[in-house]
Amino acid sequence: MFEKTVTIKNQLGLHARPAALLVKTAERFKSTIFLIRDDLEVNAKSIMGVMMLAAEMGSQFTIRAEGEDEKQAVEAIICVIEDKFYEE
Amino acid sequence: MKNEIVLEGVAVSPGIAIGKVFRYNKEDFWIEERTISEDEVKDEVERFLAAVNQIRDEIKETQERLKFKLGKEEARILDAHRMMLEDQVVIDETVVRIREERKNAAFAFFRTLRKVVKALKPLEDNYLKEKLADVRDIGRRVFFRLYGKEHPTLRDLQSPVVVVSHALSPFDVTHMRRENVLGFVTDIGGRTSHVAIIARAMEIPAVVGLETASSQVSPDDMLIVDGNRGIVYVNPDEAILQQYQQEERKLLQREETLKALRGLPAVTQDGKRVDISANIELPEEVDKALAHGAQGIGLFRTEFLYLLGGTPPSEDEQFEIYNEIAQKTAPYPTIIRTLDLGGDKLPGFAPPVPEANPFLGWRAIRVSLALKDLFKVQLRAVLRASVGGNVQLMFPMISGLEELVEAKEVLKEVKEELRQKQIPFDEQIKVGAMIEVPAAVMVAEHLAGEVDFFSIGTNDLIQYAVAADRGNEKIAYLFEPLHPGVLRLIKLTIDAGHRRGIWVGMCGEMSADPLATIPLLGFGLDEFSMSPVVLPQIKNIIRSVTLKEAQVIAEQILQMKSAREIREFLQGKVDERLCDISVPPSRRRSQL
Repeated sequence: MFEKTVTIKNQLGLHARPAALLVKTAERFKSTIFLIRDDLEVNAKSIMGVMMLAAEMGSQFTIRAEGEDEKQAVEAIICVIEDKFYEE
Repeated sequence: MKNEIVLEGVAVSPGIAIGKVFRYNKEDFWIEERTISEDEVKDEVERFLAAVNQIRDEIKETQERLKFKLGKEEARILDAHRMMLEDQVVIDETVVRIREERKNAAFAFFRTLRKVVKALKPLEDNYLKEKLADVRDIGRRVFFRLYGKEHPTLRDLQSPVVVVSHALSPFDVTHMRRENVLGFVTDIGGRTSHVAIIARAMEIPAVVGLETASSQVSPDDMLIVDGNRGIVYVNPDEAILQQYQQEERKLLQREETLKALRGLPAVTQDGKRVDISANIELPEEVDKALAHGAQGIGLFRTEFLYLLGGTPPSEDEQFEIYNEIAQKTAPYPTIIRTLDLGGDKLPGFAPPVPEANPFLGWRAIRVSLALKDLFKVQLRAVLRASVGGNVQLMFPMISGLEELVEAKEVLKEVKEELRQKQIPFDEQIKVGAMIEVPAAVMVAEHLAGEVDFFSIGTNDLIQYAVAADRGNEKIAYLFEPLHPGVLRLIKLTIDAGHRRGIWVGMCGEMSADPLATIPLLGFGLDEFSMSPVVLPQIKNIIRSVTLKEAQVIAEQILQMKSAREIREFLQGKVDERLCDISVPPSRRRSQL
């Protein structure tokens, strides 16, 4: 298991295209990936789940992955987030 | 006399619509909860999965129709619906509820979705509000399917009406006849919502985000939709009605004037002719560009192709789009710029280490040269499209000669491959370099020896020249196109190009700045490429001056020491000479 905590930096939070981008990124990996904030835990490969997390959005949450590519998966998602997503 | 109400919302699609209300309500219905027997479980699960599959097909079909009606990119607004429908977690959870809790499919699905709806519902955020509408839309479609009912659409409209609804989904408009819809009014939504995209593409005036409009109007009400100001008048009084009818006529007249100008060349009083072309991002924008008098596409950005799907676009996908644009634009040129994105944005590529300075990082031509296979796919698509029209190729972010030579080398290889396969392309295809790196300006003469044209990308050129991130509001004041240093860089580029006999254009936002038009003309700029809407205004300015005057003004501002001085001087010139051209005091500068 590998996990890291991140802070959302973009103004929009985890909304809009970022949520879809995050899910698409997660789908590239074999590991199971969860996003966790307080007592809400959602599957990073589920757009509905990520949207629910977006709704709960504060500034921090944890990405936890388990599987053969867990480390890459977490890093990739952090990359997507830290790049402040792609905002038009 | 009916009650007059004035509602304010977000203007998302310009124009004025005056007409009767059509309230498009989506009926709600009761989802019954039923406990099923063990024997029924298998069937019920299958019924649910079949419904999901059918809706998936429906989405695909709708996408095809939208593609035809609005264009390929607009059709992608349904991608979110598709992702939601195919959400494995939601499907699994529903199946578990059917299997383990022994609930009927509709109820099981309803319960699963309700969790999402409950989480999104209390939010004020416009974007999530719209996503909530999408979730509901998906749910309703599946429920209708499970109950074997027909979902209502706008296809039955018989006469022209203003459609008022809580939200509008892309499904709602697929079967709609354009002539029966005068305007759209919705409770939720913002500039990027579905209804906004659809309305703009179909040129239907629209105001959204009115919060309670759908519950405040009655079927017989008369509405004015002011898509320019974002105001909706319900049962307006006679005075307002007349005012708007007058405005509607004026808009029509302006369109006529615009049309008259469309056919006229961008030529100065003393006969110097320049090219005026458009920057576009979607194939559907070509018509608009030509309608506004563009004599070509000066910049077709290809980034969106790479940002939407989960994998980079295939050669055929790209070819189809390039070809469509080239054919529509011919005989005028279509300048296609190769990928101008940060490498980290590319789908299907392992994210590199996060960059501290993305604008100084791995992007544009640097990515293309590093990922040559990807680059070649794009070049092949562009070359193949060159048969169908006047296609030209442009490389972004060239910083020196080596990069340009290397890019041309790859192009040569691709051409050779095509020749061997006997795939036709324009052997004489013109190749240009974007000049947006200050160091490239300083060696522009060498670069000019390698290409057929330059196009100055002012947005990046300015931010690199003054070392100010244009996205950072604290230092936005430094992003100044009229900075004497920036003006000199532009002049150097034009002079270098001309010395080597190539034409020099500009596709940054500066070419759309009415204050900059005259000096740029004076510097000798050959082509102005900009967003289609501002095109007539810039053309007007060009047609109103002589090249001589422009050269004198250009010469004068080069003697000045500060942007402020230059700005005031140019403002004065414009005020004194161009009586009917209004220059907004400070133009909003968005990203290129």
